[in-house]
Amino acid sequence: MLLTVLALTLVAIALSLPMLSRQLTAARARRLSWASRRERRSLADPGRERRAEQRARELLRSCVNGEEWAMYRDLGFIRVLGATPGYAYLIYPHKPIVAYVRETGRLLNEYCVEFPDLSGAIAGSRLPDSDDVLAKWMALTGDERRLIRTANMHLPGRQVDPGRVRRDLWRLAQWERERSSTCS
Amino acid sequence: MKFLRMKPGHGEVLLAEGDPEVREDEERLVEEFRRQLDEGMWAAVPTHAPGSGRRQAVMIHEYAEIPAGSDRVIFFPRASGG
Repeated sequence: MLLTVLALTLVAIALSLPMLSRQLTAARARRLSWASRRERRSLADPGRERRAEQRARELLRSCVNGEEWAMYRDLGFIRVLGATPGYAYLIYPHKPIVAYVRETGRLLNEYCVEFPDLSGAIAGSRLPDSDDVLAKWMALTGDERRLIRTANMHLPGRQVDPGRVRRDLWRLAQWERERSSTCS
Repeated sequence: MKFLRMKPGHGEVLLAEGDPEVREDEERLVEEFRRQLDEGMWAAVPTHAPGSGRRQAVMIHEYAEIPAGSDRVIFFPRASGG
């Protein structure tokens, strides 16, 4: 009797396997279709990144001082003075932080650092440009040593063209001259 | 006080808001603060550097370190070598 029940159970399982497999396949297809529809929806909104960047710019503006904001708006980067006298950093969006000697303009290092959001579904995407700049600014002004320890340090020129940085330092000097003559 | 979090592809989002002087609000803020740090976020409060017009951030490692009178704490993903 027990053997018969066992045999019937096995037959029932064997018969239902194809049906279960079909349902699993259909569920997987539905999941993929939803994911692709979600992705299409996000791609179909060209203003999404622009709005995110706009929000990020407002947040950055509310955190840094007037000079730093104007520097970012006009030149596309922010200079932050280092804790060591005479040292300074240039913060670019989604590029390494460049350390240099303020007096001579000599480039010292590139500090490669990222702020990857590894939580949930947003893993893999990156912060808007101005949020990346603000994250670097906060980490640098809040705990310079920790950020420098965390970053990968390279010689100048690995990711950021030294010629471009020198041009940016020249543009910054010009900008500061114009600004001080306007203010005085 | 507001808790804001930088979100990829979105800009900042408001996580929580409350008056730290009110016990229920404070409990909610403490809980949210811990949750964000557990999720791997760093927390900072933008402030004025004492004695100058410079602005700077103060990194916050636990809720009790939030300077009194702060109107916001910004959470952002932990830095890693790029």
